[in-house]
Amino acid sequence: MDSVTFTILRYDPASGQEPHYQDYQVKITKPGMMILDGLNQIRWEQDGTLAYRRSCREGVCGSDGVNVNGANMLTCVTHIEEVAKNGRLVIQPLPGLPLVKDLVVDLDDFLQKYFTVKPYLITRTPDPDKERLQTPAERKKLDGLYECILCACCSSSCPSYWADPRYLGPSALLNVWRFIEDSRDEGADERLDILDDHHASWRCHTILNCVEACPKGLNPTKAIAGIKKALVNRRF
Amino acid sequence: MPISDNITIHRVDALVVGAGGSGLRAALEAGRQVNTAVISQVFPTRSHTVSAQGGIGASLSNVEQDDWRYHMFDTVKGSDWLGDQDAIEFMCREAPSVVIELEHMGLPFSRMDDGRIYQRAFGGHTSKFGAGSVHRSCAAADRTGHAMLHTLFEECLKHGVRFYNEFYMLELIVNQGVVCGVLAWDMVKGGFHLFHAKATLFATGGYSRVYRTTSNAHICTGDGAALTLRAGLPCEDMEFVQFHPTGIYGAGNLITEGVRGEGGYLVNCHKDRFMEVCAPHEKDLACRDVVSRGIAEEVRHGRGCGPNKDYALLHIEHIGKEKIMERLPGIWELAMVFAGVDCTKEPIPVVPTGHYSMGGIPTDRFAQVVAPGPDGGEQVVPGFYAAGEAACASVHGANRLGTNSLLDLMVFGREGGKQMARYAMDLGDWPELPENAGAKGLAEVQGLMESKGGQRLGVIMETLRADMERHCGVFRTEADMVELKHKLKAHRAAFAQVSLADHGAAYNLDLIEALELGHMLDVCAAITEGALARQESRGGHYRDDFPNRDDDNWHQHTLSYLEPDGGVSLAYKPVRMQPLTVESIALAERKY
Repeated sequence: MDSVTFTILRYDPASGQEPHYQDYQVKITKPGMMILDGLNQIRWEQDGTLAYRRSCREGVCGSDGVNVNGANMLTCVTHIEEVAKNGRLVIQPLPGLPLVKDLVVDLDDFLQKYFTVKPYLITRTPDPDKERLQTPAERKKLDGLYECILCACCSSSCPSYWADPRYLGPSALLNVWRFIEDSRDEGADERLDILDDHHASWRCHTILNCVEACPKGLNPTKAIAGIKKALVNRRF
Repeated sequence: MPISDNITIHRVDALVVGAGGSGLRAALEAGRQVNTAVISQVFPTRSHTVSAQGGIGASLSNVEQDDWRYHMFDTVKGSDWLGDQDAIEFMCREAPSVVIELEHMGLPFSRMDDGRIYQRAFGGHTSKFGAGSVHRSCAAADRTGHAMLHTLFEECLKHGVRFYNEFYMLELIVNQGVVCGVLAWDMVKGGFHLFHAKATLFATGGYSRVYRTTSNAHICTGDGAALTLRAGLPCEDMEFVQFHPTGIYGAGNLITEGVRGEGGYLVNCHKDRFMEVCAPHEKDLACRDVVSRGIAEEVRHGRGCGPNKDYALLHIEHIGKEKIMERLPGIWELAMVFAGVDCTKEPIPVVPTGHYSMGGIPTDRFAQVVAPGPDGGEQVVPGFYAAGEAACASVHGANRLGTNSLLDLMVFGREGGKQMARYAMDLGDWPELPENAGAKGLAEVQGLMESKGGQRLGVIMETLRADMERHCGVFRTEADMVELKHKLKAHRAAFAQVSLADHGAAYNLDLIEALELGHMLDVCAAITEGALARQESRGGHYRDDFPNRDDDNWHQHTLSYLEPDGGVSLAYKPVRMQPLTVESIALAERKY
């Protein structure tokens, strides 16, 4: 494979034009080239008007979630050859979110939902002089939860999230479960109050798109199942 | 459509620029007492702190008896005696308290069987002044930076800290020597914003993005250092750049020293453990500058691995899959994605990678920015603070110890926040803005928007980064750096002809990259001038033509000033050898 076609959704709010697709030829210059390398090549060598987010370029900052050939992923840790179909990548912004420009989306609503669930440690017991103790087994419960990078790949792949503007979505719910599961946290009740709502967590219909979309291999559906179970247990 | 020159003015008591570890820690502290705002180029959890892996150093004694004095000794020795001992003592003494505080905030540290914070071994950290090894690095698996950054951001949410995300700083505003805020650009919508502040803290990160092979994020372009230089203030020790020994071959991404802390080791093409020769005592856990040179020497002498003999191999598979997946899961992922290697079965190909800026904005141990006054003595720049990698306190001197970067963020972030709040409360009214405040930053954006020079920025940026690596990397010589100076001049001339492809206001990445390139050029000039002048080898600065440390002539900090033509002039200041409460650690040969 010498080159690949990047078909990119372009949008400039100042142009008055509707969003449209534009093709670019990307040269494959080294083995293991990432999609982000291709985007940079386009920006630096062909078309400087292209906009996208990126920073760490190693899959931990979460800024570069996009939709490629129909699936959400991070551009910086996805090999071009892994996802190219017939020599082509169709790259679009994360679905269901307002556009800012090209591949840049407005994440305000997504983040607002994350802020809503009180994603921070809540304690009532006074802090000890030293660290709070937590056994390795208790700590292990946080694995698969604390690694979330807030890239929005999961929530923006979720049909329930698209359909119900009030649904908190898999990312916020995974993050709230991270704290409910933390042996040091004492805020489960006030969080469950927020979550026990038709739109908050019950809107999850286990479609499992979020699991497929998560670039960190996390399982938001499982976290949501935990929340639902806790809500039921609390009531009965 | 021309860009509006309208400037929106915001007034805050304390302004923090940058939302990485030190910025968030400072904002939390200042926000407890005064009206505080944070501006950041990226959403806070996307700051480069997120990439830190191995841990934060503190003498908690969770594994074996440890003492901040040992930590201090290691840090001074690691710095090749260029670190300021008052600041180092302060940092090492405060270390346990900032770690415990993070735990209380909810940081998901890995745990020992008894429930206390897990600590691992790290390069250059020893017990009893070099006598034995020690487990000092407090870790959350190999994602400590991610865990720290998210925890701090969560704490900021809890306390309602105000953020202006995706705001890019254009100018530091100074009026008759008093810092009174910054001009920034709203990246999402476009538009100029002037933040008029009583106290301003730069937590803008480092500048290792100027190297082609780097562990650093795209955003680490030395913005804070460059804007400080442009305001007529000096930067310190800019020539000291840390090359981390284990970057993934071909990509530069970091493989934490924690791999060697957990028992990993390096080999050359003959499968020899060459670090046993380079550093007989500490071996693979010697300081980073020593190990980086070790690898580079193997490659130089034809003992590198692979078809081009240009990398070393890092083995970790022998500790077993279970341990690797528990303690180094992120490393497994990175090695798989970027090197195609399953590190539970095979070694990882590694090369030294541009990693950390020891140099930066000069501060004292209170995170107050300092500069030589008219009488030659050091003076505080009123209203100006810096912390973290952007700053040079100097706790890292010529070479930073692993785990001391996260520590630096917490200690000086907290201290900076405290000092800002106190200063802002004492000040009463806001300092007066200069006439045409922000005009320089505004003119720079408009100049770039309107430029018809036709030169594209991508090619300059790529060549610049390759040139820095080729001529001012792990090994440096006079001839190389003289050549580099000519190249930098040519790059600067080319930059003057850069025109943007994108002229819009909304998320104009072309504009941001052009501004960043301008900052990188300033930083590169300072690195090169400082490195060329410093005719000795110390820590991360190694001169093939001056291979020894020369305390008689060079036991001093470099101060660089930017000249109007883009050149750099140099001055020097003494190293502070006097700690706060303990005896000075006298100059000695640095052996591992």
